[in-house]
Amino acid sequence: MAKIIVVTSGKGGVGKTTTSAAISTGLAQRGHKTVVIDFDVGLRNLDLIMGCERRVVYDFVNVINGEATLNQALIKDKRNETLYILPASQTRDKDALTTEGVEKVLNELSEEFDYIICDSPAGIEKGAQMALYFADAAIVTTNPEVSSVRDSDRILGILQSKSRRAEQGLAPVEEYLLLTRYNPERVEAGEMLGVKDVEDILAIPLLGVIPESEAVLKASNQGVPVILDNESDAGQAYDDAVSRLLGDQVEHRFLEVQKKKGFLSRFLGGK
Amino acid sequence: MNEPNFQLKGSAVTAIVLELYQYDTQAFRDALQEKVSQAPALFTASPIVVQLDKLESTLDPSLLATLLQDCQNCGLQPMALRLNDEQAEQLTELPLPRLPALNSRSRAVEPEPSKAASEVVVKTVVEEKIIERASKIVTRPVRSGQQVYAEGTDLIILAPVSEGAEILADGSIHVYGPLRGRALAGVKGNTQARVFCQSLEAELISIAGNFKLSDALRAERWKQAAQISYQDDQLIVMPL
Ligand SMILES: Nc1ncnc2c1ncn2[C@@H]1O[C@H](COP(=O)(O)OP(=O)(O)OP(=O)(O)O)[C@@H](O)[C@H]1O
Ligand SMILES: [Mg+2]
Repeated sequence: MAKIIVVTSGKGGVGKTTTSAAISTGLAQRGHKTVVIDFDVGLRNLDLIMGCERRVVYDFVNVINGEATLNQALIKDKRNETLYILPASQTRDKDALTTEGVEKVLNELSEEFDYIICDSPAGIEKGAQMALYFADAAIVTTNPEVSSVRDSDRILGILQSKSRRAEQGLAPVEEYLLLTRYNPERVEAGEMLGVKDVEDILAIPLLGVIPESEAVLKASNQGVPVILDNESDAGQAYDDAVSRLLGDQVEHRFLEVQKKKGFLSRFLGGK
Repeated sequence: MNEPNFQLKGSAVTAIVLELYQYDTQAFRDALQEKVSQAPALFTASPIVVQLDKLESTLDPSLLATLLQDCQNCGLQPMALRLNDEQAEQLTELPLPRLPALNSRSRAVEPEPSKAASEVVVKTVVEEKIIERASKIVTRPVRSGQQVYAEGTDLIILAPVSEGAEILADGSIHVYGPLRGRALAGVKGNTQARVFCQSLEAELISIAGNFKLSDALRAERWKQAAQISYQDDQLIVMPL
């Protein structure tokens, strides 16, 4: 039985797809059989970030409509043996996903995989609700600004009331906060909310803090999930988050303003 | 055996009464919209009685229709009119059932002088039953966009109440955490109800329809433990 994890946010453009690509790659790197599904029908993006857009033949909607089998639609990641991508359709709209259809696909994937990562579309309406409906856990992706935090709060309410687990009275969906595009300088300047502020409002466990980083844009342009750039702060922060997701205790990094080393201290080899 | 299809019963219904003193179409519309937007949960789809017997000006049928339409546009559901006799004569065709005006009712029940003392004394024994309803207890955060209502009882919340969330109770409300949303206690008119919270950061606090918004609350015990009660026609914020 696979664990189904939705990457969700409410607000758009906060880093859900970046996170879905990084987390699924990180899980696969650790040997877990993982599939990442693009629920953003009509705006497919995940295949670009994963660098497999040229190999898309069939998609999620084709499988639901019985126009292709799962095996035909799943794309094997070129870097990780244990990672597969189920791309979204670019030509359909979000109504093409039906609860029964999604359930059937997830059940089938559940037999093969350890983890199913669902990359949610933005919003709190039908598309986002479909992506989170079957989830066992949710990574609530949030930027340190008021509107994003408010939307995350709404999504948490929907997870509590409209997910399958809520409707069937099962154990509630596990909730994790992932704070992305975190910029300690701007927090210090009072232009953005700090980690504590966001934790205080949302009151769910903190999975990680991903710093605002140029490495993310570079990685997505190259079609390589940023977690594979292990030189970068964002890559390392995502790697820590994957460890925490698997139950390891890892200290949070990149929360403070990095002091630039002066010429003299570098010269003297000082810390 | 045939199951009966229906039963006719007497029942007391709590409704909001909109008592109109003067009627200026636009001013009324604006004021009503503002009132409703401050506590939408209290008013949305609420049955209301439109009470006109204290209205100074006269109201013709088209003005009355506008008035009722404006109520509906604000989400209220007018279900009856309360008129004085003079108004009832002017408005021959009423769009809604008429309830007797309050003063005329007391007249109606004045007993007719009895001619002779009756022989049989009928005594009505009212048996009072105290029905105890358990408080409603919520252990998880109430999030933005969510609403929790404790019908006929108190509401106890053991978690934060987010901005944009709405909690309502017929009785009192207790929040063991920050209260950042809207809290409406005594929504059926119980002025004895109170609101208690560990950190007062609310958008709105209402007791029996009397409310204070965050601007007013900020001046008193903001982000501190507080209780709010209704005394002498106003909400009082006190330390907890
Ligand atoms: N940590 C980061 N540092 C810098 N830029 C980032 C970071 N995370 C995401 N971005 C950038 O933010 C933009 C949006 O990211 P992404 O597509 O992952 O968001 P999304 O939540 O999936 O958006 P949508 O709601 O449209 O699906 C992209 O341009 C991405 O490169
Ligand atoms: Mg996306």
